[in-house]
Amino acid sequence: MREFSYARATGISEAAGSTARVIAGGTNLLDLMKLEVETPARLLDINHIGLDQIDEVENGLRIGALVRNADCAANERVRRDYPLLARAILAGASPQLRNRATTGGNLCQRTRCGYFMRLGTRCNKREPGSGCDAIDGINREHAIFGSSSACIATYPGDMAVALCALDATVQITGTGSSRSVPVRGFHRLPGDDPSRDNVLERGEIITSVTLPPPAGGRQVYRKVRDRASYAFALVSVACVLGIREGLISRANLAFGSVAHKPWHDPELEKALLGERPSPQLFTRAADLLVAQAKGKGDNDFKIPLLRRALIATLIDASGA
Amino acid sequence: MSQNPSAKFTVNGQKVEYSGDPRRSLLDYLRDELSLSGTKKGCDHGQCGACTVIVDGRRVNSCLTLAMMQDGCEVATIEGLGNPASLTVLQRAFIAHDGFQCGYCTPGQICSATAMIAELEKGWPSYVSADLMAVAPSDQELRERMSGNLCRCGAYSNIIAAIREVLQVTQ
Repeated sequence: MREFSYARATGISEAAGSTARVIAGGTNLLDLMKLEVETPARLLDINHIGLDQIDEVENGLRIGALVRNADCAANERVRRDYPLLARAILAGASPQLRNRATTGGNLCQRTRCGYFMRLGTRCNKREPGSGCDAIDGINREHAIFGSSSACIATYPGDMAVALCALDATVQITGTGSSRSVPVRGFHRLPGDDPSRDNVLERGEIITSVTLPPPAGGRQVYRKVRDRASYAFALVSVACVLGIREGLISRANLAFGSVAHKPWHDPELEKALLGERPSPQLFTRAADLLVAQAKGKGDNDFKIPLLRRALIATLIDASGA
Repeated sequence: MSQNPSAKFTVNGQKVEYSGDPRRSLLDYLRDELSLSGTKKGCDHGQCGACTVIVDGRRVNSCLTLAMMQDGCEVATIEGLGNPASLTVLQRAFIAHDGFQCGYCTPGQICSATAMIAELEKGWPSYVSADLMAVAPSDQELRERMSGNLCRCGAYSNIIAAIREVLQVTQ
């Protein structure tokens, strides 16, 4: 690990606006620092600045940026009213990691791939302009949506996929100003600058994530992976499905491990709204979703896998 | 803001203060500076769980947190749970059920399982809980909840049997 200086912030005002690299749970950052993929000169520990409460706000829920993943998934309101979020968090990492990882830190975990993690390979995310060895390399885990000629890495998290489906917002504070961004707009596609995973500007930190009033409906998080536990998704589906008088009244869907960001397709949701749930409808919707998908060879299997995972999730959520 | 601060915390009830290189992980600090070598280094990347210790009652990977970040915390390691003259119920159960072969992962398994039993008592759900609001500790639950601890000898069945026995005694 490269040398760095360490400081401990005592309040939000010291953390927001700081040019040091912020560390919370550290479960992703320290791992990458050991690999020397991340080499911050200065670390600012924000574990002592508060932001660790879950509060009721405007019929929704505000989750502090430093609420640990384990506490968020165990929170009674989250379990009862946002089971999709609890299930997605519990699908990720291991109990030890969820005890450290935080709400804000989890959102900021790096979009990454095996090449990014490995010095000595070309990676535009790690070293802008150096090229991408993944595109023509071993790309089984890589993106099928929204990739560019610069990067085909995937955002590997689970929590953010659920937050996308639930249409949560991220509260951000910088030097003297605050803003709010939908989770659906928080992460970026790679374009020609894959070094940036999300829209946070220098000096900005996440202070909380706000969930809208409970969506109700059936909430399902389906994660397909190589082993039963403690593995990233190959594809995942987060689903909120409401049915009223036999017709779909609400359809919120987001997909994990298929793009540089949690993937959300408004056209897919439009195709489901107002329709009567049936396997035929779900098959048409899944065909629509994967119509724009592009494989790079090793990851071609993700396209039929995602299609089937979506159909199965919708059948599960609707009982059709 | 405190620049170049030290970290004051406790390890197995003893007060310690760390003010060295901020790169030192809690794991390396425990092993190399406090000579508490019960906590093991496996992968050093949070993947194997051999380094699991209990910080403020919660199991964490000591390889993925810095000694400097423990300010104000209470750290418990395998040395703080029991000793050969006075084993914990779980340690006795690991011996009775052969919950290990080479033993390298065992301190991490026991720290992890000790904290996991406390999580069950608090009603925390897991990925395999059918009902998020009411948790029943089936073997499938125990396996999922111990998935952050690898055992390359493959003593998993016996580890689950040891934990199961403790749950039956205490609940």
